[in-house]
Amino acid sequence: MAVYLFYFLVFPGLIFAAVTGAFLSWFDRKITARVQFRKGPPLLQPFYDFFKLLLVKETILPKQGSPFIFLAAPVFALFGATMSAVFILLPLFNIKSGFSGDLLVIFYLLTIPSFSYVAGSLASGNPLASVGGSREMKLIISYEMTFLLVIAGVIMKSSQNFDLYSVISAQQVSSPFIGSISGVLLFIVAVFCIQAKLGLVPFDMAEAETEINSGAFIEYSGVPYALIKLTKYIMFLALPAFLTGLLLNGFNLHGINILWAVLKLTGVVLLLTLIRNTNPRLKIKQAVSFFMIWMNLIAVIAIVLAYFGY
Amino acid sequence: MGFKSYCFKKSLWVFHFGGASCNNCDIEILDCLTPRYDLERFGILLVGSIRHADVLLVNGSINRKDKDRLLELYQQAPKPILVVAIGACGCTGGIFAEGNTFAGPVDKIIPVDAYIPGCPPKPEAIIAGIVKLVKSLP
Repeated sequence: MAVYLFYFLVFPGLIFAAVTGAFLSWFDRKITARVQFRKGPPLLQPFYDFFKLLLVKETILPKQGSPFIFLAAPVFALFGATMSAVFILLPLFNIKSGFSGDLLVIFYLLTIPSFSYVAGSLASGNPLASVGGSREMKLIISYEMTFLLVIAGVIMKSSQNFDLYSVISAQQVSSPFIGSISGVLLFIVAVFCIQAKLGLVPFDMAEAETEINSGAFIEYSGVPYALIKLTKYIMFLALPAFLTGLLLNGFNLHGINILWAVLKLTGVVLLLTLIRNTNPRLKIKQAVSFFMIWMNLIAVIAIVLAYFGY
Repeated sequence: MGFKSYCFKKSLWVFHFGGASCNNCDIEILDCLTPRYDLERFGILLVGSIRHADVLLVNGSINRKDKDRLLELYQQAPKPILVVAIGACGCTGGIFAEGNTFAGPVDKIIPVDAYIPGCPPKPEAIIAGIVKLVKSLP
């Protein structure tokens, strides 16, 4: 029991994932600043933001709307993000626990934060928040199918193994899945799915800051907003780590290979950041057709190629 | 200096309220966020929602229509909130002070923590004002 609580709260879970994710989100902001020829925020900026929101700011509840769901949504989002981070990082660090690393469980846990944002935004009773919430919902509908196809492709390539431990060990025995044509196609699709899941720029229409004033989160202040920030930090670690496990043969924690694992993770984050900085925001209609038609098509082609062994 | 106020000082999120402005102060405020001055290196971000704001920047002359909205925004902001009046119109009313529709400088409506005069103030002056404000915090 105590060891599970340790997994959830300390090592691969809440504290570790939040601290690492906060540094990754600082990396994202710093790279963004460097791309725009700015200097960028200091290293501890994500922590300052989080503790300011948590300790200093007042929490305001909306007059209209449902305060209970409004306050419960960030907690659920944090729970979903932490759970998925634990279940992704346990296989990556090769820690054997009772959980066998089922990919579909991770997939469903990764959707909890997005659904919580929708619930929280619709409970706030703000028209702009409901616009943001409905956009987030459409975005979920469009990218979830594609993300499932990516996972299906990975399962196909690892000879029908449904658990992350076998997927990683299958890659570490032979070669990473990205070393084949279908692996490259799956990687491209997965990167765009992660971009949409994190709400980064080409797909940030749910919280479009300049257009609907940070949309889904417009009414959040103080402690609930701090929890949302924490959720975002954790997702910033969990999703690139998941991609590393699925296609880039996971982490190998022996000697110099730790550096290689860190480089893989930061490389994926760097790719996400560069996509974010070189693209404008899409309309929700464009995003839906982008995922529903093009990304699904590429994912299906990758699955067919994987079936024939390419 | 406590941990709380240190975090607060290091992460000031700014909400920009433009009254009946002639747009010069707006441009100078945006200049502060551009690569040349880059206020993000001090943790200052421009946010879109007043619920996330720590600093309310007010510029432009406040006329009768703006007055209610400014008051409402101030009441909607989560406390503690700092108010900075920017430009001659925000501080005193400037050339509009005698006008018919003028509803008083900002400090008649809401409490103001810092005044940055100028028509418009340079980005350097705005940054100096913010630095003085941050230093005056407990």
